[in-house]
Amino acid sequence: MVSARAISHAYGELEAIDRLDLELPAHGVLALVGPSGCGKSTLLELLAGLQQPSAGEIEVDGAGAPAERLARCALMPQRDLLLPWLSALDNAALALRNRGARRGAAREEAGRLFEQFGLAGFERARPAELSGGMRQRVAFLRTLVAGKPLLALDEPFASLDAITRAEMQGWLARALSADPRTVVLVSHDIEEALYLADRVVVLSGRPARVVEELGAPAPRAPDRDAAVTDPAFVAARERAMAALHRGSQ
Amino acid sequence: MTRWRLIPAMRGKLAKWLLPALTLAVLIAIWQLAASTGALADLLGLEPFLVPSPAEIASALWENRSLLAEDAWVTMREIFFGFLIGLAAGLGFGFLLRPFEWVRLSVYPLIVGSQAVPILVFAPILVVWFGYGIWPKLAIVALICFFPIAVATADGLRSVDPEAQKMMRTLDASRAQMLWRLEAPTALPFTFSGAKIAATIAPIAAVFGEWAGADAGLGVLIREDSARLATDRLFAASFLLAALAVALYSLLALAERRIVTWR
Repeated sequence: MVSARAISHAYGELEAIDRLDLELPAHGVLALVGPSGCGKSTLLELLAGLQQPSAGEIEVDGAGAPAERLARCALMPQRDLLLPWLSALDNAALALRNRGARRGAAREEAGRLFEQFGLAGFERARPAELSGGMRQRVAFLRTLVAGKPLLALDEPFASLDAITRAEMQGWLARALSADPRTVVLVSHDIEEALYLADRVVVLSGRPARVVEELGAPAPRAPDRDAAVTDPAFVAARERAMAALHRGSQ
Repeated sequence: MTRWRLIPAMRGKLAKWLLPALTLAVLIAIWQLAASTGALADLLGLEPFLVPSPAEIASALWENRSLLAEDAWVTMREIFFGFLIGLAAGLGFGFLLRPFEWVRLSVYPLIVGSQAVPILVFAPILVVWFGYGIWPKLAIVALICFFPIAVATADGLRSVDPEAQKMMRTLDASRAQMLWRLEAPTALPFTFSGAKIAATIAPIAAVFGEWAGADAGLGVLIREDSARLATDRLFAASFLLAALAVALYSLLALAERRIVTWR
Protein backbone atom coordinates (compact mmCIF):
# COMPACT_ATOMS: atom_id res chain seq x y z
CA MET A 1 0.00 0.00 0.00
CA VAL A 2 2.79 2.45 0.97
CA SER A 3 6.35 1.84 -0.06
CA ALA A 4 9.39 4.07 0.04
CA ARG A 5 12.59 2.85 -1.56
CA ALA A 6 15.98 4.41 -0.84
CA ILE A 7 14.54 7.89 -0.37
CA SER A 8 16.88 10.75 0.49
CA HIS A 9 15.95 14.36 0.95
CA ALA A 10 18.00 17.51 1.45
CA TYR A 11 17.21 21.19 1.94
CA GLY A 12 20.15 22.74 0.15
CA GLU A 13 23.22 21.59 2.05
CA LEU A 14 21.17 20.20 4.91
CA GLU A 15 20.51 16.47 4.61
CA ALA A 16 17.16 15.60 6.22
CA ILE A 17 16.69 11.96 5.17
CA ASP A 18 19.31 9.43 4.09
CA ARG A 19 18.43 6.35 1.97
CA LEU A 20 15.38 5.28 3.88
CA ASP A 21 13.13 2.28 3.11
CA LEU A 22 9.59 1.81 4.40
CA GLU A 23 6.86 -0.72 3.66
CA LEU A 24 3.30 -0.61 4.93
CA PRO A 25 0.48 -2.98 3.97
CA ALA A 26 -3.14 -1.83 3.56
CA HIS A 27 -4.93 -1.24 6.88
CA GLY A 28 -1.59 -1.34 8.68
CA VAL A 29 -0.50 1.29 11.16
CA LEU A 30 3.14 2.32 11.03
CA ALA A 31 4.67 4.65 13.61
CA LEU A 32 7.78 6.73 13.08
CA VAL A 33 9.65 7.77 16.20
CA GLY A 34 12.90 9.67 16.43
CA PRO A 35 14.66 12.56 18.09
CA SER A 36 13.24 16.07 17.65
CA GLY A 37 14.08 17.64 14.29
CA CYS A 38 15.20 14.35 12.74
CA GLY A 39 12.97 14.76 9.69
CA LYS A 40 9.86 12.80 10.76
CA SER A 41 7.48 15.52 9.57
CA THR A 42 9.44 15.92 6.34
CA LEU A 43 9.09 12.18 5.74
CA LEU A 44 5.33 12.47 6.25
CA GLU A 45 5.14 15.35 3.77
CA LEU A 46 7.14 13.31 1.26
CA LEU A 47 4.76 10.36 1.60
CA ALA A 48 1.74 12.67 1.32
CA GLY A 49 3.04 14.18 -1.93
CA LEU A 50 3.47 17.67 -0.45
CA GLN A 51 7.16 17.42 -1.36
CA GLN A 52 9.17 15.30 -3.75
CA PRO A 53 12.26 13.49 -2.37
CA SER A 54 15.69 14.44 -3.74
CA ALA A 55 16.30 10.77 -4.53
CA GLY A 56 14.43 7.46 -4.33
CA GLU A 57 10.86 6.36 -5.08
CA ILE A 58 7.62 6.56 -3.14
CA GLU A 59 4.40 4.78 -3.97
CA VAL A 60 1.06 5.24 -2.22
CA ASP A 61 -1.76 2.96 -3.31
CA GLY A 62 -0.02 2.38 -6.63
CA ALA A 63 0.58 6.10 -7.32
CA GLY A 64 4.06 7.56 -7.64
CA ALA A 65 3.63 11.16 -8.84
CA PRO A 66 3.32 13.79 -6.05
CA ALA A 67 -0.09 15.06 -7.21
CA GLU A 68 -1.42 11.49 -7.26
CA ARG A 69 -0.01 10.78 -3.81
CA LEU A 70 -1.62 13.99 -2.58
CA ALA A 71 -4.97 12.77 -3.88
CA ARG A 72 -4.57 9.56 -1.85
CA CYS A 73 -3.43 10.98 1.45
CA ALA A 74 -5.05 13.14 4.15
CA LEU A 75 -2.78 14.90 6.63
CA MET A 76 -3.60 15.57 10.25
CA PRO A 77 -1.12 18.23 11.35
CA GLN A 78 0.49 18.62 14.76
CA ARG A 79 -1.74 21.54 15.71
CA ASP A 80 -5.41 20.90 15.01
CA LEU A 81 -5.56 23.90 12.64
CA LEU A 82 -9.34 24.00 12.80
CA LEU A 83 -10.60 27.06 10.95
CA PRO A 84 -11.94 29.34 13.71
CA TRP A 85 -14.63 30.87 11.48
CA LEU A 86 -16.28 27.51 10.78
CA SER A 87 -18.37 25.36 13.10
CA ALA A 88 -17.04 21.96 14.22
CA LEU A 89 -19.32 20.33 11.63
CA ASP A 90 -18.17 22.56 8.77
CA ASN A 91 -14.54 21.95 9.73
CA ALA A 92 -15.13 18.21 9.63
CA ALA A 93 -16.87 18.50 6.25
CA LEU A 94 -14.13 20.62 4.66
CA ALA A 95 -12.80 17.95 2.27
CA LEU A 96 -16.31 17.11 1.06
CA ARG A 97 -17.03 20.80 0.40
CA ASN A 98 -13.70 21.15 -1.43
CA ARG A 99 -14.70 18.26 -3.64
CA GLY A 100 -17.89 20.07 -4.61
CA ALA A 101 -20.49 18.56 -2.24
CA ARG A 102 -23.38 20.87 -1.34
CA ARG A 103 -23.26 22.27 2.17
CA GLY A 104 -26.29 20.28 3.37
CA ALA A 105 -25.05 16.98 1.97
CA ALA A 106 -21.52 17.52 3.30
CA ARG A 107 -22.84 18.39 6.76
CA GLU A 108 -25.08 15.34 6.79
CA GLU A 109 -22.26 12.99 5.84
CA ALA A 110 -19.76 14.42 8.36
CA GLY A 111 -22.46 14.77 11.03
CA ARG A 112 -23.19 11.03 10.99
CA LEU A 113 -19.83 10.42 12.68
CA PHE A 114 -20.22 13.04 15.41
CA GLU A 115 -21.90 10.74 17.89
CA GLN A 116 -19.34 7.99 17.42
CA PHE A 117 -16.57 10.56 18.00
CA GLY A 118 -18.15 11.78 21.24
CA LEU A 119 -18.99 15.10 19.65
CA ALA A 120 -22.79 14.90 19.51
CA GLY A 121 -24.35 18.23 20.42
CA PHE A 122 -21.23 20.18 19.45
CA GLU A 123 -21.90 20.30 15.71
CA ARG A 124 -22.52 24.03 15.70
CA ALA A 125 -19.82 24.92 18.24
CA ARG A 126 -16.92 27.04 17.07
CA PRO A 127 -13.41 25.57 17.66
CA ALA A 128 -12.77 28.13 20.44
CA GLU A 129 -15.68 26.61 22.38
CA LEU A 130 -14.24 23.07 22.32
CA SER A 131 -11.75 21.44 24.69
CA GLY A 132 -8.31 20.38 23.45
CA GLY A 133 -9.34 16.73 23.17
CA MET A 134 -12.52 17.61 21.28
CA ARG A 135 -10.61 19.80 18.87
CA GLN A 136 -8.23 16.93 18.10
CA ARG A 137 -11.19 14.64 17.53
CA VAL A 138 -12.73 17.12 15.08
CA ALA A 139 -9.33 17.37 13.35
CA PHE A 140 -9.14 13.57 13.10
CA LEU A 141 -12.73 13.44 11.86
CA ARG A 142 -11.85 16.01 9.17
CA THR A 143 -8.95 13.76 8.08
CA LEU A 144 -11.15 10.65 8.12
CA VAL A 145 -14.09 12.23 6.26
CA ALA A 146 -11.69 13.10 3.42
CA GLY A 147 -12.01 9.38 2.58
CA LYS A 148 -8.37 8.99 1.45
CA PRO A 149 -6.70 5.56 1.46
CA LEU A 150 -3.78 6.82 3.61
CA LEU A 151 -3.98 8.88 6.80
CA ALA A 152 -0.81 10.74 7.75
CA LEU A 153 -0.95 11.76 11.41
CA ASP A 154 1.79 14.17 12.53
CA GLU A 155 2.10 13.97 16.33
CA PRO A 156 -1.67 14.27 16.61
CA PHE A 157 -1.81 14.42 20.42
CA ALA A 158 1.45 16.24 21.18
CA SER A 159 -0.33 19.41 22.27
CA LEU A 160 -2.57 17.67 24.83
CA ASP A 161 -2.00 17.12 28.55
CA ALA A 162 -0.96 13.61 29.69
CA ILE A 163 -4.41 12.43 30.81
CA THR A 164 -6.23 13.68 27.72
CA ARG A 165 -3.48 12.22 25.56
CA ALA A 166 -3.93 8.76 27.10
CA GLU A 167 -7.69 9.03 26.62
CA MET A 168 -7.27 10.09 23.02
CA GLN A 169 -4.91 7.18 22.31
CA GLY A 170 -7.51 4.75 23.64
CA TRP A 171 -10.15 6.49 21.60
CA LEU A 172 -8.08 6.43 18.38
CA ALA A 173 -7.31 2.72 18.95
CA ARG A 174 -11.03 1.96 19.18
CA ALA A 175 -11.80 4.14 16.13
CA LEU A 176 -9.16 2.30 14.06
CA SER A 177 -10.34 -1.12 15.25
CA ALA A 178 -13.91 -0.27 14.24
CA ASP A 179 -12.91 1.27 10.89
CA PRO A 180 -9.42 0.01 9.89
CA ARG A 181 -7.37 2.47 7.85
CA THR A 182 -3.84 2.62 6.55
CA VAL A 183 -2.05 5.04 8.85
CA VAL A 184 1.42 6.52 9.10
CA LEU A 185 1.80 8.05 12.54
CA VAL A 186 4.63 10.35 13.56
CA SER A 187 5.20 10.54 17.29
CA HIS A 188 7.90 11.48 19.75
CA ASP A 189 6.18 9.35 22.38
CA ILE A 190 7.40 5.72 22.25
CA GLU A 191 4.53 4.46 24.37
CA GLU A 192 1.97 6.06 22.06
CA ALA A 193 3.73 4.62 19.00
CA LEU A 194 3.94 1.07 20.45
CA TYR A 195 0.32 1.14 21.58
CA LEU A 196 -1.26 2.50 18.40
CA ALA A 197 0.91 0.99 15.64
CA ASP A 198 1.50 -2.53 14.36
CA ARG A 199 5.12 -1.69 13.70
CA VAL A 200 7.40 1.04 14.98
CA VAL A 201 10.31 2.44 13.00
CA VAL A 202 12.96 4.13 15.15
CA LEU A 203 14.79 6.85 13.23
CA SER A 204 18.22 8.32 13.93
CA GLY A 205 19.04 12.01 14.34
CA ARG A 206 19.48 14.07 11.17
CA PRO A 207 19.89 12.83 8.50
CA ALA A 208 17.16 10.32 9.38
CA ARG A 209 18.02 6.65 8.85
CA VAL A 210 16.23 3.55 10.14
CA VAL A 211 17.92 2.45 13.39
CA GLU A 212 15.53 -0.36 14.23
CA GLU A 213 12.11 -1.59 13.23
CA LEU A 214 10.10 -3.49 15.83
CA GLY A 215 6.67 -5.05 16.02
CA ALA A 216 4.22 -3.91 18.69
CA PRO A 217 3.21 -6.64 21.19
CA ALA A 218 -0.51 -5.78 21.39
CA PRO A 219 -1.52 -3.11 18.90
CA ARG A 220 -4.61 -1.10 19.92
CA ALA A 221 -5.57 -3.51 22.74
CA PRO A 222 -8.99 -2.61 24.20
CA ASP A 223 -7.62 -1.99 27.70
CA ARG A 224 -4.89 0.59 27.15
CA ASP A 225 -3.75 0.82 30.77
CA ALA A 226 -3.31 -2.95 31.02
CA ALA A 227 -1.61 -3.14 27.63
CA VAL A 228 1.07 -0.54 28.37
CA THR A 229 2.03 -2.18 31.69
CA ASP A 230 2.27 -5.69 30.22
CA PRO A 231 5.85 -7.09 30.51
CA ALA A 232 6.06 -7.64 26.72
CA PHE A 233 5.09 -4.01 26.13
CA VAL A 234 7.59 -2.76 28.72
CA ALA A 235 10.33 -4.84 27.10
CA ALA A 236 9.47 -3.49 23.64
CA ARG A 237 9.49 0.06 25.03
CA GLU A 238 12.93 -0.47 26.54
CA ARG A 239 14.22 -1.87 23.26
CA ALA A 240 12.83 1.09 21.33
CA MET A 241 14.28 3.47 23.90
CA ALA A 242 17.71 1.86 23.53
CA ALA A 243 17.45 2.19 19.73
CA LEU A 244 16.44 5.83 20.09
CA HIS A 245 19.51 6.48 22.24
CA ARG A 246 21.76 4.69 19.74
CA GLY A 247 20.26 6.76 16.91
CA SER A 248 20.70 10.06 18.74
CA GLN A 249 24.43 9.56 19.28
CA MET B 1 -17.11 44.03 50.29
CA THR B 2 -20.15 44.09 47.97
CA ARG B 3 -19.20 47.55 46.80
CA TRP B 4 -15.77 46.33 45.74
CA ARG B 5 -17.10 43.26 44.04
CA LEU B 6 -19.38 45.38 41.85
CA ILE B 7 -16.47 47.25 40.39
CA PRO B 8 -15.05 44.60 38.00
CA ALA B 9 -18.52 44.01 36.56
CA MET B 10 -19.04 47.72 36.00
CA ARG B 11 -15.53 48.36 34.77
CA GLY B 12 -16.26 47.23 31.19
CA LYS B 13 -19.13 49.61 30.57
CA LEU B 14 -17.55 52.33 32.66
CA ALA B 15 -14.35 52.22 30.67
CA LYS B 16 -16.11 52.06 27.32
CA TRP B 17 -18.73 54.79 27.58
CA LEU B 18 -18.76 56.67 30.83
CA LEU B 19 -15.08 57.58 31.06
CA PRO B 20 -14.71 59.02 27.53
CA ALA B 21 -18.02 60.89 27.93
CA LEU B 22 -16.90 62.28 31.27
CA THR B 23 -13.50 63.32 29.88
CA LEU B 24 -15.21 65.07 26.96
CA ALA B 25 -17.68 66.82 29.28
CA VAL B 26 -14.89 68.06 31.54
CA LEU B 27 -12.85 69.32 28.57
CA ILE B 28 -15.87 71.11 27.09
CA ALA B 29 -16.65 72.66 30.49
CA ILE B 30 -13.07 73.94 30.85
CA TRP B 31 -13.12 75.24 27.27
CA GLN B 32 -16.47 76.96 27.85
CA LEU B 33 -15.24 78.59 31.00
CA ALA B 34 -11.92 79.65 29.47
CA ALA B 35 -13.52 81.03 26.29
CA SER B 36 -16.54 82.81 27.81
CA THR B 37 -14.43 84.60 30.43
CA GLY B 38 -11.93 85.66 27.73
CA ALA B 39 -9.13 83.84 29.55
CA LEU B 40 -8.36 81.63 26.52
CA ALA B 41 -8.15 84.61 24.13
CA ASP B 42 -5.90 86.43 26.59
CA LEU B 43 -3.71 83.36 26.93
CA LEU B 44 -3.35 83.06 23.14
CA GLY B 45 -3.08 86.84 22.68
CA LEU B 46 -6.08 86.84 20.30
CA GLU B 47 -9.30 88.79 19.88
CA PRO B 48 -12.10 87.00 21.80
CA PHE B 49 -14.22 86.50 18.60
CA LEU B 50 -11.44 84.32 17.18
CA VAL B 51 -11.78 81.87 20.07
CA PRO B 52 -15.43 80.73 20.15
CA SER B 53 -16.84 78.91 23.15
CA PRO B 54 -18.60 75.52 22.77
CA ALA B 55 -21.94 77.30 23.37
CA GLU B 56 -21.22 79.71 20.49
CA ILE B 57 -20.25 76.81 18.22
CA ALA B 58 -23.44 74.98 19.16
CA SER B 59 -25.49 78.06 18.39
CA ALA B 60 -23.67 78.49 15.01
CA LEU B 61 -24.46 74.83 14.32
CA TRP B 62 -28.15 75.46 15.00
CA GLU B 63 -28.48 78.79 13.21
CA ASN B 64 -26.73 77.53 10.06
CA ARG B 65 -28.33 74.09 10.18
CA SER B 66 -29.76 74.04 6.67
CA LEU B 67 -26.56 75.34 5.05
CA LEU B 68 -24.40 72.98 7.10
CA ALA B 69 -26.69 70.05 6.34
CA GLU B 70 -26.50 70.77 2.60
CA ASP B 71 -22.69 70.98 2.66
CA ALA B 72 -22.35 67.97 4.97
CA TRP B 73 -24.51 65.96 2.54
CA VAL B 74 -22.17 66.84 -0.35
CA THR B 75 -19.04 65.94 1.65
CA MET B 76 -20.61 62.80 3.05
CA ARG B 77 -21.28 61.47 -0.43
CA GLU B 78 -17.69 62.22 -1.45
CA ILE B 79 -16.37 60.43 1.63
CA PHE B 80 -18.71 57.46 1.36
CA PHE B 81 -18.38 56.72 -2.35
CA GLY B 82 -14.67 57.61 -2.42
CA PHE B 83 -14.15 55.21 0.48
CA LEU B 84 -16.07 52.47 -1.35
CA ILE B 85 -13.94 52.91 -4.47
CA GLY B 86 -10.78 52.86 -2.33
CA LEU B 87 -12.04 49.76 -0.54
CA ALA B 88 -12.76 47.95 -3.81
CA ALA B 89 -9.37 48.92 -5.25
CA GLY B 90 -7.55 47.99 -2.02
CA LEU B 91 -9.27 44.60 -1.84
CA GLY B 92 -8.66 44.06 -5.53
CA PHE B 93 -4.99 44.84 -5.10
CA GLY B 94 -4.67 42.53 -2.13
CA PHE B 95 -6.64 39.59 -3.50
CA LEU B 96 -6.26 39.62 -7.26
CA LEU B 97 -2.52 40.07 -7.08
CA ARG B 98 -2.15 37.36 -4.44
CA PRO B 99 -1.50 34.55 -6.95
CA PHE B 100 0.99 36.71 -8.89
CA GLU B 101 3.73 37.52 -6.41
CA TRP B 102 5.99 39.12 -9.05
CA VAL B 103 3.26 41.60 -10.08
CA ARG B 104 2.72 42.55 -6.45
CA LEU B 105 6.44 43.01 -5.93
CA SER B 106 6.72 45.19 -9.04
CA VAL B 107 3.82 47.52 -8.21
CA TYR B 108 4.37 47.75 -4.46
CA PRO B 109 7.15 50.42 -4.58
CA LEU B 110 5.02 52.47 -7.03
CA ILE B 111 2.08 52.40 -4.68
CA VAL B 112 4.18 53.32 -1.65
CA GLY B 113 5.69 56.13 -3.73
CA SER B 114 2.25 57.37 -4.77
CA GLN B 115 1.45 58.03 -1.11
CA ALA B 116 4.40 60.37 -0.84
CA VAL B 117 2.95 62.67 -3.55
CA PRO B 118 1.44 65.61 -1.63
CA ILE B 119 -2.28 65.34 -2.26
CA LEU B 120 -2.63 69.14 -2.00
CA VAL B 121 -0.41 69.47 -5.10
CA PHE B 122 -2.06 66.60 -6.89
CA ALA B 123 -5.67 67.62 -6.24
CA PRO B 124 -5.76 70.56 -8.72
CA ILE B 125 -4.44 68.26 -11.47
CA LEU B 126 -7.29 65.83 -10.78
CA VAL B 127 -9.75 68.74 -11.09
CA VAL B 128 -8.22 69.56 -14.48
CA TRP B 129 -8.55 65.90 -15.51
CA PHE B 130 -11.96 65.03 -14.09
CA GLY B 131 -13.71 68.41 -14.05
CA TYR B 132 -15.38 70.40 -11.33
CA GLY B 133 -17.93 67.82 -10.17
CA ILE B 134 -17.78 64.96 -7.66
CA TRP B 135 -15.26 62.82 -9.62
CA PRO B 136 -11.96 64.50 -8.62
CA LYS B 137 -13.09 64.36 -4.96
CA LEU B 138 -13.94 60.68 -5.28
CA ALA B 139 -10.55 60.07 -6.90
CA ILE B 140 -8.69 61.81 -4.05
CA VAL B 141 -10.66 60.09 -1.28
CA ALA B 142 -10.24 56.73 -3.04
CA LEU B 143 -6.50 57.31 -3.51
CA ILE B 144 -6.03 58.11 0.18
CA CYS B 145 -8.24 55.22 1.40
CA PHE B 146 -6.78 52.69 -1.01
CA PHE B 147 -3.35 52.57 0.61
CA PRO B 148 -4.07 51.39 4.19
CA ILE B 149 -6.68 48.91 2.93
CA ALA B 150 -4.40 47.45 0.25
CA VAL B 151 -1.39 47.16 2.55
CA ALA B 152 -3.41 45.65 5.41
CA THR B 153 -5.11 43.13 3.08
CA ALA B 154 -1.82 42.13 1.46
CA ASP B 155 -0.23 41.69 4.91
CA GLY B 156 -3.25 39.68 6.07
CA LEU B 157 -2.98 37.35 3.10
CA ARG B 158 0.71 36.86 3.75
CA SER B 159 -0.01 35.93 7.39
CA VAL B 160 -1.79 32.71 6.36
CA ASP B 161 -0.35 29.70 8.23
CA PRO B 162 1.67 27.57 5.76
CA GLU B 163 0.75 24.45 7.76
CA ALA B 164 -2.94 25.23 7.23
CA GLN B 165 -2.26 25.59 3.51
CA LYS B 166 -0.65 22.13 3.45
CA MET B 167 -3.59 20.71 5.36
CA MET B 168 -6.01 22.29 2.85
CA ARG B 169 -4.01 20.83 -0.05
CA THR B 170 -4.35 17.31 1.34
CA LEU B 171 -8.09 18.05 1.70
CA ASP B 172 -8.25 18.63 -2.07
CA ALA B 173 -8.69 22.41 -1.97
CA SER B 174 -8.33 24.13 -5.36
CA ARG B 175 -6.54 27.48 -5.59
CA ALA B 176 -9.87 29.34 -5.49
CA GLN B 177 -11.10 27.28 -2.51
CA MET B 178 -7.83 27.95 -0.69
CA LEU B 179 -8.39 31.68 -1.22
CA TRP B 180 -12.07 31.67 -0.29
CA ARG B 181 -12.05 29.20 2.62
CA LEU B 182 -8.68 29.89 4.22
CA GLU B 183 -6.90 33.01 3.00
CA ALA B 184 -9.77 35.49 2.74
CA PRO B 185 -11.11 34.86 6.28
CA THR B 186 -7.54 35.07 7.62
CA ALA B 187 -7.03 38.43 5.93
CA LEU B 188 -10.44 39.86 6.85
CA PRO B 189 -9.55 41.26 10.32
CA PHE B 190 -6.49 42.94 8.77
CA THR B 191 -8.65 44.48 6.03
CA PHE B 192 -11.02 45.87 8.66
CA SER B 193 -8.08 47.46 10.50
CA GLY B 194 -6.94 49.10 7.26
CA ALA B 195 -10.49 50.22 6.46
CA LYS B 196 -10.89 51.82 9.89
CA ILE B 197 -7.68 53.81 9.39
CA ALA B 198 -8.96 54.82 5.94
CA ALA B 199 -12.27 55.96 7.47
CA THR B 200 -10.52 58.43 9.75
CA ILE B 201 -8.49 60.05 6.97
CA ALA B 202 -11.19 60.02 4.27
CA PRO B 203 -12.76 63.35 5.47
CA ILE B 204 -9.37 65.09 5.24
CA ALA B 205 -9.02 63.84 1.66
CA ALA B 206 -12.53 65.10 0.82
CA VAL B 207 -11.67 68.57 2.18
CA PHE B 208 -8.47 68.70 0.10
CA GLY B 209 -10.51 67.71 -2.93
CA GLU B 210 -13.01 70.48 -2.28
CA TRP B 211 -10.24 73.02 -1.78
CA ALA B 212 -8.87 72.23 -5.23
CA GLY B 213 -12.16 73.20 -6.83
CA ALA B 214 -15.75 72.95 -5.62
CA ASP B 215 -18.78 75.15 -4.98
CA ALA B 216 -20.27 73.13 -2.12
CA GLY B 217 -19.16 70.93 0.77
CA LEU B 218 -17.83 71.36 4.30
CA GLY B 219 -14.32 72.00 2.92
CA VAL B 220 -15.60 74.93 0.84
CA LEU B 221 -17.45 76.31 3.86
CA ILE B 222 -14.38 75.94 6.09
CA ARG B 223 -12.21 77.83 3.61
CA GLU B 224 -14.77 80.63 3.24
CA ASP B 225 -15.23 80.94 6.99
CA SER B 226 -11.48 80.89 7.50
CA ALA B 227 -11.11 83.87 5.11
CA ARG B 228 -14.01 85.72 6.78
CA LEU B 229 -12.76 84.83 10.29
CA ALA B 230 -16.18 83.30 11.04
CA THR B 231 -14.62 80.97 13.56
CA ASP B 232 -17.82 79.77 15.22
CA ARG B 233 -19.21 78.33 11.96
CA LEU B 234 -15.75 77.09 11.00
CA PHE B 235 -15.63 75.09 14.21
CA ALA B 236 -19.22 73.89 13.61
CA ALA B 237 -18.28 72.63 10.12
CA SER B 238 -15.13 70.96 11.51
CA PHE B 239 -17.27 69.31 14.17
CA LEU B 240 -19.53 67.86 11.47
CA LEU B 241 -16.52 66.63 9.54
CA ALA B 242 -15.24 64.83 12.63
CA ALA B 243 -18.74 63.40 13.19
CA LEU B 244 -18.70 61.98 9.64
CA ALA B 245 -15.37 60.26 10.34
CA VAL B 246 -16.68 58.86 13.64
CA ALA B 247 -19.87 57.65 11.91
CA LEU B 248 -17.96 55.83 9.16
CA TYR B 249 -15.54 54.36 11.69
CA SER B 250 -18.40 53.16 13.93
CA LEU B 251 -20.18 51.63 10.95
CA LEU B 252 -17.05 49.65 10.12
CA ALA B 253 -16.48 48.63 13.75
CA LEU B 254 -20.07 47.38 13.88
CA ALA B 255 -19.67 45.44 10.63
CA GLU B 256 -16.44 43.95 11.95
CA ARG B 257 -18.13 42.78 15.14
CA ARG B 258 -20.91 41.17 13.09
CA ILE B 259 -18.68 39.52 10.51
CA VAL B 260 -15.44 38.65 12.34
CA THR B 261 -17.21 36.69 15.06
CA TRP B 262 -14.33 34.32 15.79
CA ARG B 263 -12.04 36.89 17.37
